[in-house]
Amino acid sequence: MIEDPVIMSRWLTFITLAFHIILATLGVGIPIFFSIAEYIGIKRKDPHYLLLAKRWTRGYTILVAVGVVTGTIIGLQLSLLWPSFMNASGHVISLPLFMETFAFFFEAVFLGIYLYTWDRFKNRIYHWLLSIPIVIGSTGSAFFITSVNAFMNTPLGFDVDNGELTNVQPLVAMFNPAFPSKFSHVLTSAYLTGAFILASIAAFQLLRGRTHVYYKKALHLAMIGCFVFSIATVINGDFSGKFLASYQPEKLAAAEWHFETEDRAKLVLGGILDPDEQEVKYGIEIPLALSIIAFNSPDAEVIGLNEFPEELWPPLMIHYFFNFMVSAGMFLAGISFIYIIFYYVNRFNALSPWLLRAIAISGPLSILTMESGWIMTEVGRQPWILRGFLKVSEAATTSEHVFEMMVVYVVLYFTLGILLPIILIRVFSKKSVETELEKQQVIL
Amino acid sequence: MIEYIGITVLWIFLYGYLIIASIDFGAGFYSFYAKMTDKKHTIRQVIDRYLSPVWEVTNVFLVFFFVGLIGFFPATAYYYGTALLVPGTVALILLAIRGSFYAFANYGARENNFYLFLYGLTGLFIPASLSTVLTISEGGFISVEGGDVKLLMGELFTSPYSWTVVLLAITSVLFISASFLTFYAKRAGDRDAHELMRKFTLIWSGPTILFSFLIFVTLRNHNAEHFNAMLEIRWIFLFSLLSFLTAVSLIYKRKRTGIAFIFVCFQFAFAFFGYGYTHLPYLLYPHLTIYENVTSPEMGIALIMAFIAGLMLLIPSLFLLLRLFIFNVEYARGEKKTY
Ligand code: HDD
Ligand code: HEM
Ligand code: HEM
Repeated sequence: MIEDPVIMSRWLTFITLAFHIILATLGVGIPIFFSIAEYIGIKRKDPHYLLLAKRWTRGYTILVAVGVVTGTIIGLQLSLLWPSFMNASGHVISLPLFMETFAFFFEAVFLGIYLYTWDRFKNRIYHWLLSIPIVIGSTGSAFFITSVNAFMNTPLGFDVDNGELTNVQPLVAMFNPAFPSKFSHVLTSAYLTGAFILASIAAFQLLRGRTHVYYKKALHLAMIGCFVFSIATVINGDFSGKFLASYQPEKLAAAEWHFETEDRAKLVLGGILDPDEQEVKYGIEIPLALSIIAFNSPDAEVIGLNEFPEELWPPLMIHYFFNFMVSAGMFLAGISFIYIIFYYVNRFNALSPWLLRAIAISGPLSILTMESGWIMTEVGRQPWILRGFLKVSEAATTSEHVFEMMVVYVVLYFTLGILLPIILIRVFSKKSVETELEKQQVIL
Repeated sequence: MIEYIGITVLWIFLYGYLIIASIDFGAGFYSFYAKMTDKKHTIRQVIDRYLSPVWEVTNVFLVFFFVGLIGFFPATAYYYGTALLVPGTVALILLAIRGSFYAFANYGARENNFYLFLYGLTGLFIPASLSTVLTISEGGFISVEGGDVKLLMGELFTSPYSWTVVLLAITSVLFISASFLTFYAKRAGDRDAHELMRKFTLIWSGPTILFSFLIFVTLRNHNAEHFNAMLEIRWIFLFSLLSFLTAVSLIYKRKRTGIAFIFVCFQFAFAFFGYGYTHLPYLLYPHLTIYENVTSPEMGIALIMAFIAGLMLLIPSLFLLLRLFIFNVEYARGEKKTY
């Protein structure tokens, strides 16, 4: 197995992307929150919000630095591990990949300016304006990269003539059918993950007995974000399911262990599969639900896996990842809903310890949810790298040294993964909120 | 037409990366040097004030180059991608160490000599490892049998040409960044730093020009076709030499350090574009040419339009960055507050 470049390339791609995506998601998700915090701070002349914006930005900068590093690695690694894939996609889908670099550029320039100009403008609103290009830039990079990933699932915009790619239409390829549902889901789930991480830090501090109103404001701002974006994510997650039913039915069928094409299809949660009998044991069955999820109607016919030759079936274990994402998504939406109710209905205490504890674990949980969503998407595309055109096994490098390289990268990610939280904690504990607030008041 | 626009744009970006990354890499090294020799209060502050706002921008130049290369000339992904797994990984690991440890050292809570050490040293190894891609493009280091592409490591490690390129890369980095920091220190009104960086510029000027010359000599044996093409436009390389002499004499006389740095840029521009121009039409000698391996016209035009639109966004923002930091005397002197 170690000698097989295909398996090793898949593992290395998986490890690199799984690491990068954490930083990338937070890189997309956090800017809108420091931008909003700064705006509120300026409008209400509230030093708490200004400090909040500053501290969130500081953490964000360190995450972005490592995100840039891992992103550069992926960008090159795709060519190193999947030369045939990049050769083919270079012909058809390089437009968004190319535009993504402009989005990075734009973001990088303004982040550089934003970070070092907190006190340089008389009118603070000018400084706030600088945060907008950061939000646009990071959202833009998600926009373009998601387009590439969508293309891998529904390749379009070219013809194949004797192995040559002809009649290339870059915009058709870029705005392929998978793109709308995928981009909206990726974007809102990134905002959601960002919000939950920020909320979970604030909740953790409150649990530790820090009662300064600063933390309450931080928690509240982040929780409103959680509420808004968890609803949005559940809604466009539903669209993603409907997209699959029409365009990638084998992925949805594998995720649902749905073998026979039938109408009034039932939904299965959890369970253990007996692959020979195609029967599920110990699962929870919800009648009609799959038809409703797929086509919004209980009578709709949902295509089953048996319509496809078995060698084209995606791995059936994506069922668990899909289940995990959906249940965790419901849980996250529920938590933020409860918080909002408790906050606005005076009879309840929004800061009760059990709720804070639930919020505190929701941050890491949202990361896991996002990861399992990606695993479901990427593994569910197997055996294709470009669905219908190029198989993973045909696209990998022929080099024999992938395993050794993988060891090197794993050591690197391991080191970064350990150092990153240590550095972050140190940055924030060096200057406590309370002392920073005291200092800041002098200036204001 | 598309192939020419494509390669020109990419080469300009690579040139941009060469200059700003050299400043950045060299500055990291000098910063480490200053720390070790306890010159902390002179040049380190100057360097930090320059580096802090621009480090991320530097990296994007590189990303832009390789993403653009795959866009305009997709077959490069196949050939270079297959051949470069091991050296590419080395370069990536170095870049990764440098990027993250910069952030850890700079935004992290305390000064850490080990981080600075990694940061300073990787700055010299990265240009060395990246420059081998240019070496490989000269041909003779890759075997292509059937569809199977392999890098001939043995050849690479024993070739005089390849070692000269590595040495030139390192000395140029130290030279370019010293000449820039001479200017920046003067601008910031920091006499000690200015003197020190002036000394470094002069020290590294000799080796830089020596290795540039040796490149010609070794290339002649390695790829005579390219060597002859270079001889045909030797005037370009003479201009490069003249710019070099002007720059060094200005810095020696402590006059007009800004102009001197511009001449250093000219020196490398002449050499780099002369080299690139004569390298054409090959992207990888003799397997890939810009004519045969260019992308389809539809994609080419889309990329060019995206590029133009991107520039309209970027040039004003880069201008803003430069105005606020690099060309702002108060900022350079450290009089403006930062966070
Ligand atoms: C915190 C993050 C998060 C949350 C709460 C959810 N998702 Fe999700 N989901 C993602 C994060 C994510 C993702 C990581 O962003 C994915 C991976 C690829 C993609 O397009 O988005 C994804 C993919 C994805 C796909 C596959 C799309 C494809 O393969 O093209 C479907 C069908 C859903 N989601 C459906 C849902 C539903 C019905 C949810 C409702 C509870 C839900 N997701 C919550
Ligand atoms: C534009 C975005 C993306 C591109 C171009 C991309 C590309 C690829 C490629 C080339 C592979 C290897 C082939 C394969 O095994 O399927 C792969 C696999 C994988 N990717 Fe993606 N990917 C993208 C986004 C992501 C993200 C953000 C994640 C987050 C974790 C991810 C997770 C995975 C996983 C888990 C695999 C391994 C699949 C397996 O081993 O079966 N991908 N992706
Ligand atoms: C959907 C999944 C992905 C998202 C949302 C995403 C987003 C991001 C973000 C936010 C950053 C941080 C850079 C910054 O903030 O300036 C980043 C870095 C980067 N990403 Fe990803 N990324 C994803 C997957 C990928 C893939 C598959 C590739 C490979 C083609 C890639 C290539 C890069 C590169 C090259 C960088 C470094 C750019 C720089 O130097 O500034 N990303 N990405």
